Amino acid sequence: MSDKYDVVVIGSGPAGYVAAIRAAQLGLQVACIEKWKNNEGVGVNGGTCLNVGCIPSKALLDSSYKYHEAAEGLAVHGISTKGVEMDIAAMLGRKDKIVKQLTGGIAGLFKANGVTALYGMGKLLAGKKVELTDNSGVVSVIEAENVILASGSLPIAIPVAPVDNDLILDSTGALELGEVPKRLGVIGAGVIGLELGSVWGRLGSKVVLLEALDDFLAIMDKAIAKESKKIFTKQGLDIRLGARVTGTQIKGREVEVTYKTTAGEELKESFDKLIVCVGRRPFTQGLLAPDSGVDIDDRGSVYVNEFCATNAPGVYAVGDLVRGPMLAHKGSEEGVMVAERIAGHKAQMNYDIVPNVIYTHPEVASVGQTEEQVKAAGEPYNVGTFPFAASGRALAANDTDGMVKIIAHADTDRILGCHIVGPSAADLTQQVAIAMEFGSSAEDLGMTVFGHPTLSEAVHEAALAVNGAAIHIANRKRR
Amino acid sequence: MAIEIKAPTYPESVQEGTLATWHKQPGDAVERDELIVDIETDKVVLEVVAPASGTLTEVLKAEGDIVLSNEILARIEEGEAAVSPAKVTAASEPDQQVGDALVNPAAKKLADERDIDLSQVSGTGKGGRITKEDVVNFTPLAVPLVAASAPASKAPETIEPVMQEGERVERRVPMTRMRARIAERLLDVTQTTASLTTFNEVDMSAMMSLRKQYQDEFTKMHNGTRLGFMGLFVKAAVEALKRFPLVNSSIDGSDIVYHGYQDIGVAVSTERGLVVPVLRSAENMSIATVENSISAYAGKARDGKLTIEEMTGGTFTITNGGVYGSLISTPILNAPQAAILGMHKIQERPMAVNGEVVIRPMMYLALSYDHRLIDGKEAVQFLVAIKQLIEDPAKILLEI
Repeated sequence: MSDKYDVVVIGSGPAGYVAAIRAAQLGLQVACIEKWKNNEGVGVNGGTCLNVGCIPSKALLDSSYKYHEAAEGLAVHGISTKGVEMDIAAMLGRKDKIVKQLTGGIAGLFKANGVTALYGMGKLLAGKKVELTDNSGVVSVIEAENVILASGSLPIAIPVAPVDNDLILDSTGALELGEVPKRLGVIGAGVIGLELGSVWGRLGSKVVLLEALDDFLAIMDKAIAKESKKIFTKQGLDIRLGARVTGTQIKGREVEVTYKTTAGEELKESFDKLIVCVGRRPFTQGLLAPDSGVDIDDRGSVYVNEFCATNAPGVYAVGDLVRGPMLAHKGSEEGVMVAERIAGHKAQMNYDIVPNVIYTHPEVASVGQTEEQVKAAGEPYNVGTFPFAASGRALAANDTDGMVKIIAHADTDRILGCHIVGPSAADLTQQVAIAMEFGSSAEDLGMTVFGHPTLSEAVHEAALAVNGAAIHIANRKRR
Repeated sequence: MAIEIKAPTYPESVQEGTLATWHKQPGDAVERDELIVDIETDKVVLEVVAPASGTLTEVLKAEGDIVLSNEILARIEEGEAAVSPAKVTAASEPDQQVGDALVNPAAKKLADERDIDLSQVSGTGKGGRITKEDVVNFTPLAVPLVAASAPASKAPETIEPVMQEGERVERRVPMTRMRARIAERLLDVTQTTASLTTFNEVDMSAMMSLRKQYQDEFTKMHNGTRLGFMGLFVKAAVEALKRFPLVNSSIDGSDIVYHGYQDIGVAVSTERGLVVPVLRSAENMSIATVENSISAYAGKARDGKLTIEEMTGGTFTITNGGVYGSLISTPILNAPQAAILGMHKIQERPMAVNGEVVIRPMMYLALSYDHRLIDGKEAVQFLVAIKQLIEDPAKILLEI
């Protein structure tokens, strides 16, 4: 039996399910195929983000943060606490409940929008046909006018630290630890490493992060990366840069990690658990028949043009599967763009204004260009910064680590980038992202009235500082 | 009765245009067939004239706005062209600026400080918003538009940067749509083709003496058309292309398309950029027809009147940098064609002929070709064929 749809989406993570829903909203007949099965073997939507990524990690981050605050952060307010305990099983249970609610929510949205939800493995054949092997093994072929590939990504595996889901874990395993490891090793001090390290560090682990690069958060604005490293180190995260892991050895119930420093030293350290989070790679296994017409580039991503169209006519690819930052919202907006283009609209995506967040506390967030990128492009620029230590609202909340940094073009004053480490960095950065979408200058933000006392005011002051007009800190003398 | 002024129906290859210049303001009297507005597309500037006489009442698009095929641009109230004595203040500003809704705050502030009329600033922000950047970069026209006669107002408008004396200034001017499109295409062809160039030199003496000998008779016979080199070069190219059909082909996906005709593009330089009008089925054209067509195209190109159809297609291109003094160069492929011939300056050089040194008028020829399609051997032999045909024009006639 061969069904025919206007759009068949392979993958129902944030890129796939959003594409499916948008396409259905625009009046198209849509089917969305998902191969993920939960612990009970039932097909669930939501992909990595909902099941083992963004959502569960944020749930654990919030739970662990509250524990940490309750155990150590309330004395300054005059509140004394003792005997604060963390029931890990309950924490994980809450996380699972949230995941279940959201993944069920997607199934509900599919129903509401008339998207046919299919469960099983989808494979693109030639001529816009998709072969579906459902969860009971039955194979069928679906015909489509358009196919959207959204099969996402998986953690990169490194041979020196093979994941055994016992002592050596990947990010998925790190979200399921039944007890707090005494010593936790993390290979990779990127976004995922810092978040997972924060969770277990707050709950009592002694966390060591081994980062192979010499620079911390190398793709972020250097000033913000530097400030962030100071803050995380103060929190007790032991971040070792220039540390390349060369081998691991299981010794009883410990993992002994061998690593080389840039200075050439070879060091060893033992951990109770080791998390490997060195990045993710696009997941294309079993996705494409050899004659599908879709090309893979040399990074393993599906090759697409600026509108996410592959080389095969009528076939698109979005999300972690294609070039660009591996961010859920980037995938979602690509999904919207593709759905709208299929429906005949001239949608496009602004890849220059995609916010990027690390959900530690304080959060680290950025949008637009870093100072290093602006400098490398040869553009003249001004910088305005404002520390949260000077923010009344932050002081009242006892949350004063971090700063806001805004970069604007020196001649046109156009905001080129915003980088924040501090409380609610994600939400504050979003404000600047919105302004940037409208071609805002730093002065425009400076002329906007901001409520007081808010954390947002730090954005206001940083924008004013760009042109030497900040009120609540001494302005840097202009060179 | 209100009449709508719409953008023309764009040809299939054009998706959208940019509103380049309004020649009339709301409140102005317009006459039937009078030029109202220019729309710039990737290839040409389209002129929109008034379908009837009357008064321009409403302007719906601003300069710099994207304009789609058949989109409504403005409205005319039909009737006697009445000249309104005093310009209504609203008429001096394009209709889309409703209060300050489409101007960013800092932009307005700066415009006020610099006494800049925001209605003259084109907005590059979302939805046409005027940003502070737009005001910073705004340069008022150095001289007022030549208002004299209608033909003059049809000339494409160029923005003259205003340079202050004694200052080290920079002027940032956004690329015109055409320039941006040219840049995009050239970058694309550089990245998507395996382009190489092979060179040869040709002794022009035979062709030059042919021209000298028969110029008067030719001009008389063909109603004033002069015999140039291009006519002969085009014929030589056509002949060589017949012998090397691969050079006359193009890539489409994973297919090679062999064209059974030779549409030769001849590159013409204009103020707005390089354009390549095409001689259709040049294999069927006489030399006189080729010469005529080329000068007609050149005239049209300079006047900005080349149509899109005249510039599309083409199976092979000839470009001549020699008129500007270029001795040798590597022409860039005109996608999706497989090759392009570059002609250069004719320069007298000492050459060895039959063991003696003689002075000959020489021209370097360059053939850039897409190595994905054409191998070195073919490219070289093709160019050698051109050389032989030029050096002995009788061969063109005799097809040998």
